[in-house]
Amino acid sequence: MPAARGSRPSAGARDGVPLRRFPVTLLLACAVAALALLPLGYIATYTVDVGWSGIQELVFRPRVAELLWNTGRLVVGTVLVCGVLGVGAAWLVERSSVPLRRLWHVLLVAPLAVPAFVNSYAWISLLPGLDTYGGALLVVSLSYFPFVYLPVVAAFRGLDPALEETARGLGLSSWAVFRRVQLPQLRVAVLGGSLLVAVHLLAEFGALRMLRYPTFTTAIYDQYRATFNGPGATMLAGVLVLLCLALLLAELRLRGRRGYARTGRGAARPVRPVALRRLTVPSLVGLAGLVGLALVVPVGSLAYWMATGSSTALSLPTLATTTGTTLALAAAAAVVTVVLAVPTGWLAVRARGRVSTLLERSTYLGSSVPGIVVALALVTISLRATPWLYQTVPVLLAAYAILFLPRAIVTVRSAVEQSPPLYDDVAASLGSSAPDRLRRVTLPLLAPGIGAGAALVFLAVVTELTATLLLAPTGTITLATAFWSASSALEYGAAAPYAVIMVLLSAPATVLLSRDARRGLTT
Amino acid sequence: MSSLTVKDLTKAFGTTPVLTGVDLHVPSGSFTALLGPSGCGKTTLLRLIAGFEDPDTGTVAVGDRVVAGAGRGVAARRRGIGFVPQEGGLFPHLTVAGNISFGLPRRQRRDGGRVRDLLQLVGLDADLADRSPHQLSGGQQQRVALARALAPEPSLVLLDEPFSSLDAALREETRLAVSAALTASGATAVLVTHDQAEALSMADQVAVLRDGRLVQRTDPRTLYRRPGDLDVALFVGEAVVLDAEIRDGRAHCALGSLAYEQTSADPVADGAARVLLRPEQLRLSAPVPTAPGARGPIAKVRSVDFYGHDSRAWLELPGGVRVSARLEGVDLPSAGDDVSVTVRGTALVFPPVGTGLPGYPDSVPAHLA
Repeated sequence: MPAARGSRPSAGARDGVPLRRFPVTLLLACAVAALALLPLGYIATYTVDVGWSGIQELVFRPRVAELLWNTGRLVVGTVLVCGVLGVGAAWLVERSSVPLRRLWHVLLVAPLAVPAFVNSYAWISLLPGLDTYGGALLVVSLSYFPFVYLPVVAAFRGLDPALEETARGLGLSSWAVFRRVQLPQLRVAVLGGSLLVAVHLLAEFGALRMLRYPTFTTAIYDQYRATFNGPGATMLAGVLVLLCLALLLAELRLRGRRGYARTGRGAARPVRPVALRRLTVPSLVGLAGLVGLALVVPVGSLAYWMATGSSTALSLPTLATTTGTTLALAAAAAVVTVVLAVPTGWLAVRARGRVSTLLERSTYLGSSVPGIVVALALVTISLRATPWLYQTVPVLLAAYAILFLPRAIVTVRSAVEQSPPLYDDVAASLGSSAPDRLRRVTLPLLAPGIGAGAALVFLAVVTELTATLLLAPTGTITLATAFWSASSALEYGAAAPYAVIMVLLSAPATVLLSRDARRGLTT
Repeated sequence: MSSLTVKDLTKAFGTTPVLTGVDLHVPSGSFTALLGPSGCGKTTLLRLIAGFEDPDTGTVAVGDRVVAGAGRGVAARRRGIGFVPQEGGLFPHLTVAGNISFGLPRRQRRDGGRVRDLLQLVGLDADLADRSPHQLSGGQQQRVALARALAPEPSLVLLDEPFSSLDAALREETRLAVSAALTASGATAVLVTHDQAEALSMADQVAVLRDGRLVQRTDPRTLYRRPGDLDVALFVGEAVVLDAEIRDGRAHCALGSLAYEQTSADPVADGAARVLLRPEQLRLSAPVPTAPGARGPIAKVRSVDFYGHDSRAWLELPGGVRVSARLEGVDLPSAGDDVSVTVRGTALVFPPVGTGLPGYPDSVPAHLA
């Protein structure tokens, strides 16, 4: 009688009854939510302090309009290009007879291993003339199209092939099947991927700065460098945060409508691919061109600079120290973030209800704030409230936690979902005490999820640039910041080794993503 | 082993009452089945007994020890009650041996002999000890779950629909193994199920739960032959229910004049009533053209469901009433035949429609009516 057991207690849960059973966990989750919302709260408080006249003066000016125009047209252009590239490539790989489909899939996900700022370095170091709208559009599209490609591939795999066969049986051509049957079902995946591209682009700093394309993030950085924590930077951050929140709202609305495509279960049986015939060669050329631009150019550029430039500047001990610092920071951030994620992820499953949803969403809200804004807020808050913490590792770790909490929460959450309370009950009936159950049942069951979450955070921190630039203690140099200072000084050869190590460290995450197209991107 | 006594147990989730005033006594060493349809509260009752939830009112006592209610709430882990959940609930991160020895004191956990004995008790091969749960079949998982529950020698074992996820062949085999293991261990056992065949065949005592109330508690034979009301009668087995008139100590219905017995405490008076027969009480024979009523009515066979070991014939009685008869043997009528119907044994009488519990399901499937 699953009905009586499943539905009734959870009806109680909605009234918040079980929340009272986890007071300590609830307290911890509230503290985590407060930390996540710190930057947002700072921006909001600051805005209120500045007042309406201040806002008018600081926000309604030609410079902001120019930044809005720049950011807007880049976001729209990139989303369109990524949409076409992502959907087209996904259709070829999932539904057509193009040869070597598995290989193409891996090659199309691989650009994710190259951080966007490394990609733009690779391009601009070869073609200095790319510092235009077109150049920025090209480079960021090549970095971000997998964000559309992956969910669309997952959606294609989830589509019921019976629908397509039925449509074909009704006399529709391949193009008509795609337009009238598949595309409507892919809508949610395409929109979700596009939102992801937009969110990442709003937060992108390194790539655009390197391409000398002015947007909000680069403008905030310049303001910050010029006036430290002046009102100008904070108000720009406010506008940027508003844009991010609008996208987050759209994402939340979209999430409610998920399940449109038949996800969860794989396709019932293998689909017979559409024969390309005469279009096989053009398709192959297209895929090869895309992979060439998105993967071969950056990798080749790195190889070129490694070969020509690095011999003069490379110092192995420095490289080793920097790598060590980065790995240590990433490991510490992974541990801290996962520990912070456990209470929230636990409550989201075990005490499902409005309060725990709110706590979980708070962390998503907090991490939707671009890295530059998080860094700016933490610099100011630590300077004002806790000067002894300014430019210390704990503040940097807090920034990493705020930025990457959702990655850890998502994995912890699914791990908790896979260890139902039944195991706890059974262990109790076998005489096991609460600490004993935690040690012998709960933690071993959560371990894989916690490990996966930690790995995701670790890999994200290895290539984090923006927050690290602003918050790292003086003398703490990571791979990203070392790469940044070298390439900013146009020492492309000296920058290359750091980039190579970052790419190599990111590769494992990319392999995981290409295997399981459904996970990992929703954060 | 201990007895289990539940007194006046009440539980509600939010504003939805799940159990209302349940009294239950399970004698020491006996096997009791809690039988009821989905959503009747039987799993909740089991969870209250195990200590996973606290009752609103009422008490639970194991032997002489009150473990819940009356201001006491003994934690589940101190109750000494074994629990076998649906689909086994084996810890996925432990081997079979790790699962079975989970509840043993630390020193005994490494004792391979103990695990072997327990595997043998539930009829499994000792080689399975090092397997992971996902390498076992559903029936093996259930048996390991029982071995795990029995390992700390609990005074009472609770089984929550342990066979519902198994397919028919495996279910029978697993039931036999579980029955044997429970008998060998001598533990008091309570089984929750919605499958009346399972309850009737395995248990010494069956408690029928309906809408959060205990409606009848008796041994399986009595439950089947003398159910407390028509609802229970229909729930525990297939039935033929006919409108009848009680006159001169006999029940007159479409199957003729039948001998009957009363079941409920207040006897049914002369006049309108309903009679209940089991399909196996109907006997079919070639129609005898004698005076009508002498050998029972003539019915027309509408269809025959053939199961191999027996069959069911759907009959249309004069006046259009349809009933089913269970037939043994190979000499079966065909659809369209006329047969003479006689009744073996006595009928049970119940109050007429409108006075008893309303809305009992029709005994004839819709597609034949």
